[in-house]
Amino acid sequence: MSKKSLLARNNELANTERQLNILSNGLFATGELPTFAKKIAETNQFPLRSKKLEILQINLGYMCNQVCAHCHVDAGPDRKEIMTKETMQQCLDVIRKTGAHTLDLTGGAPEMNPNFRWFVEEAAKVGIKDFIVRSNLTIIRANKKYHDLPKFFKKHTIHVISSMPHWTRGKTDKQRGNGVFDKSIKALQELNVVGYGIPGSKLQLDLVYNPSGAFLPGDQMALENDFKKALKEDFEIDFHNLFAITNLPISRFLDYLIASENYEEYMYSLVEAYNPVAVENVMCTNTLSISWDGWLYDCDFNQMLNLKVNSSVKHISEYNEELLQNRNISINQHCYGCTAGAGSSCQGVVA
Amino acid sequence: MSKTYYDPADLRKFGNITEWNEELGNKFFDYYGKVFEPGALTAREKSLIALAVSHTEQCPYCIDAYTKDGLQRGITKEEMMEAVHVGAAIKSGATLVHGVQMMNKVNKLEM
Repeated sequence: MSKKSLLARNNELANTERQLNILSNGLFATGELPTFAKKIAETNQFPLRSKKLEILQINLGYMCNQVCAHCHVDAGPDRKEIMTKETMQQCLDVIRKTGAHTLDLTGGAPEMNPNFRWFVEEAAKVGIKDFIVRSNLTIIRANKKYHDLPKFFKKHTIHVISSMPHWTRGKTDKQRGNGVFDKSIKALQELNVVGYGIPGSKLQLDLVYNPSGAFLPGDQMALENDFKKALKEDFEIDFHNLFAITNLPISRFLDYLIASENYEEYMYSLVEAYNPVAVENVMCTNTLSISWDGWLYDCDFNQMLNLKVNSSVKHISEYNEELLQNRNISINQHCYGCTAGAGSSCQGVVA
Repeated sequence: MSKTYYDPADLRKFGNITEWNEELGNKFFDYYGKVFEPGALTAREKSLIALAVSHTEQCPYCIDAYTKDGLQRGITKEEMMEAVHVGAAIKSGATLVHGVQMMNKVNKLEM
């Protein structure tokens, strides 16, 4: 597995226009498969429009201590895009007046932003209902300065959501890098020790599962049961919910699909599993994604494709919640990833 | 005529068999769907049985389908290979147990 981002490797897929080009051509240009716009029009769901804002998702930077094979952010140690304190301040101004009930911090590894703790402390003062940090787990073990993160999360009653592709070492390390499984297990145990993930605990610990390959996630509840049983039996680990997330065909996962000659078959799988009920609840209808440099997007995936919001307001500095409501969502064929089967979002299934 | 008997792309056309006999085709797919619903056996157990039988039937479409199905369910490759061995053991056992028939016949015919 490569230890570098697509960007650092000068891979052509680091170019978002190239990605959008691939997603619009081939099967979709010949009409062999319907475009997403055409598909949702069949059930009168075009144009897809945002509803009431519930979740503000802030990307604190693309730097990460891991280089996961499927990463849609193309994150890694070589990515230097990090949110500045000035942009954080603009986010705090928005958090104070937003009607959203959930604040969702992501990255890269959000904890690697040097102002992460300051930002969390300031945001916590606002008293948002659900305050999420998407932690890759290994960061807690990556350096001494991160060892006390579980206690820090606890102090601010942060809801921790962590990736864990499988309950076995082999499958986990293949996707996320050698040694990731053992470090993740240790980090989960440390989170359990301070009270995270224990049944009935208000310290919420959820796991994210996404397939390590060119296939869709299975039934979320069945996977949750298998994960719970295995992690409890093998490592005495408790957690609350498992979110099954579909890999979207962008960035490193798109690179993998093309290189392994799975792209066409994968797109067929997504289109065949299309579920109009999932379209009703896709996360872009209630989420706003903010990039490290303050631009606004319908979701983290559109952020990575540089598809900014269709609104007169495009940057956090000119934020206006009213103007952003009922906007038309930017769509392309990657959107099929969120509408396959039971649907997929940063909170797991949606249908 | 296509150049090979099997084309992976034909698997997704399986549903088309209803076009030439809707009643029987639909009855089959209803039955098929019902069989794989969780019952006394879990859907996961059924998937592994299907994978083993796919091999003994040597159906390439079924092998593709149930390998992918297994991965989606989080079934490991170790579990999949053990299931294939179960199928193989029954196949070879079924061959070898006929050895008794051969022995019976030899014993009957020989003086």
